[in-house]
Amino acid sequence: MTATPRQVVVTGLGATTPLGGDVASTWEGLLAGRSGVRRLTDEWVEQLPVHIAAPAAVEPPLERLEARTLDRVQQLALVAAREAWADAGTPEVDPERLAAVVGSGIGGVLTLLNQYEVLRERGPRRVSPHVVPMLMPNGPAATVGLAFTARAGVHAPVSACASGAEAIGYALDMIRAGRADVAITGGSEAAIHPLPLAGFAQMQALSRRNDAPQAASRPFDKGRDGFILGEGAGALVLESAEHAAARGARVYATLAGSGTSADAYHVTAPEPSGAGAARAVRAALHSGGLTPADLVHINAHGTSTPIGDVAEAHALRAALGDTLDGVAVTSTKSMTGHLLGAAGAVEAVIAVLTLRDRVVPATRNLDALDDEIDLDVVSIDNRAIPAGAVLSNSFGFGGHDVCLVFTP
Amino acid sequence: MSQSDILEGLAAILEEVAGVDPADVTADKTFIDDLDVDSLSMVEVVVAAEEKFDVKIPDEDVKSLKTVGDAVSYIQRAGVAA
Repeated sequence: MTATPRQVVVTGLGATTPLGGDVASTWEGLLAGRSGVRRLTDEWVEQLPVHIAAPAAVEPPLERLEARTLDRVQQLALVAAREAWADAGTPEVDPERLAAVVGSGIGGVLTLLNQYEVLRERGPRRVSPHVVPMLMPNGPAATVGLAFTARAGVHAPVSACASGAEAIGYALDMIRAGRADVAITGGSEAAIHPLPLAGFAQMQALSRRNDAPQAASRPFDKGRDGFILGEGAGALVLESAEHAAARGARVYATLAGSGTSADAYHVTAPEPSGAGAARAVRAALHSGGLTPADLVHINAHGTSTPIGDVAEAHALRAALGDTLDGVAVTSTKSMTGHLLGAAGAVEAVIAVLTLRDRVVPATRNLDALDDEIDLDVVSIDNRAIPAGAVLSNSFGFGGHDVCLVFTP
Repeated sequence: MSQSDILEGLAAILEEVAGVDPADVTADKTFIDDLDVDSLSMVEVVVAAEEKFDVKIPDEDVKSLKTVGDAVSYIQRAGVAA
């Protein structure tokens, strides 16, 4: 017989995304069906096959001195974490009971590439002494941990496009296991640079709809041709239910469970039947003591790649069977683009707001559902949903499958 | 270059790198304890000073530069030697 794990609740939300510099503007943009995708104006764009991306809507509002020793991925993480912490009412917490768990897919790649140019052009003496703490993949977690004096542990799960979700799952485990009472958790990414863009383009992973940026991210649509590289960060404050109750905190939702699995099939392609992802869905429900019938909504990974969206549809069917038919599915990447290691965190924030307001933002650009995708995708108009459990999916290169489930 | 020119140049670097108020930059102040310049930022200060004053300050000499005055004297001597 095992003890009932501690219940973990969401008490704060933060985000900076291609739709807005905070949670409110991001949510408003999603409900209005706006696209954060735009044509890049940098001089290097013309040499690439892809000219479009989804940059953060608002430059990180940090003091010059603070910003100069932080890579952009750390700056974005800090902005989202500060919003989430303020939103949670700046909790009084023993630093030894506070954790920071923030993932990133790529880390400080802008610093790495820019400082390599400094090395080549000006020599090693001109390389910044801040380069290592700026490029390390745990940089965003370290920045957040320092900013809030998190001494229970600072962790940085790295699992490509599942990093943000995996971080949240890790924070959940820490609180459930009694290793922390409060956690600031999420994900951040800032990789809009010619090298990552060229690399993803060489994989044929990016949309080349250069002439119609706002129509380029079209998850589940017949005409989809790849994802849009986005940047930003999402953050949640998680708290044991006891800790939240003791301080009278406003509770958005319960993070009922998380589930992870691995495909072990191919380094980038998803297992076509969705078997691996289906196991993560089932594990998340099991972790929360839920059944498929409890689900009212799924915020899909839905990146708009030809293979990935079909595999996810198969995974959901495999995991949920006929109960999937009554579940409203959306992909908010149709508006935000794909924020890689921040995606799971931003979508967790969106899932919580969807649950709070009981309205699902419609998937943009869904003109004709792919014949192989048997999902009830919310399109054109936002849809009201009943109270119930909400699932958020994230899958990453490397075969990582991570699902989070929230309940009212 | 005069000591006051070097002091003024260092003050500008310290403001840029570490946000130190130029009015606080006097010869008797220590970089780390008085001006709160951390070890990584100190490296930036040294490299910027090398560039600004066209001198070489080898890493092994940096440890001896505790105060602003130490640095001013070092740069003045190094400038003459160059």
